[in-house]
Amino acid sequence: MAKIYSKKALVAQDLKPKKEVVSFLLSYSQALTVVKVNNKRIEIIAN
Amino acid sequence: MADLHIPDALLVKNYIEGNENSLATLINRHESKIYGFIYSKIADRDISNDIFQDTFIKVIKTLKSNSYNEEGKFLPWVMRISHNLIVDHFRKTKKMPMYRETEEFSIFSIMSDDSLTIENKMIVDQVEVDLKRLIEELPMDQKEVLVMRMYQDMSFKEISELTGVSINTALGRMRYALMNLRKIIDKHQIVLTN
Repeated sequence: MAKIYSKKALVAQDLKPKKEVVSFLLSYSQALTVVKVNNKRIEIIAN
Repeated sequence: MADLHIPDALLVKNYIEGNENSLATLINRHESKIYGFIYSKIADRDISNDIFQDTFIKVIKTLKSNSYNEEGKFLPWVMRISHNLIVDHFRKTKKMPMYRETEEFSIFSIMSDDSLTIENKMIVDQVEVDLKRLIEELPMDQKEVLVMRMYQDMSFKEISELTGVSINTALGRMRYALMNLRKIIDKHQIVLTN
């Protein structure tokens, strides 16, 4: 059996993005409307 | 936690039909895996947050424009988007996520901890550094597969889904990566041992 020289990357299992990022994404999703007109995609962001 | 029993595909369908809560559930369910994957490549929390955000902006735009057609494969699809954004990031910064040893910077200059003075530990670390330098010499596609397989413990199926190539191509790249590593080792008569 060949020797394995590499080490496994030490990645913490509970890494999470910032709450602000998730909150922004949810707000962005609520505000965004995508409309297709004549094969063109129009993005509308509600204030 | 009834959300746990709803499959991703159904949540995606509900979201496309206007249920915003489904997106929150999808993010909550997969944020650790996606963010952890990005962080494992970038090693910077702020940039990882940016890439995570850009990933989901693409996801939201694609779903809202009804362009999504990968039924039942939500997570691999999102991971592939984040993988592409990571590649874009490194193309922009032309920075590799590996420590390079140069004449000015030796990996041993930051090894002042007591536990690292043990000879065997130093040899193991030196082997690891030598190996990483050898891996740096590989072509990008081979290096990518090797790092995902050996350092991130991903299966060839996961690698093929993330890189967008077939399992056979991923296996072939791994094989050529190992052959090329052996060639470099033979050419320079490098001894890896501990």
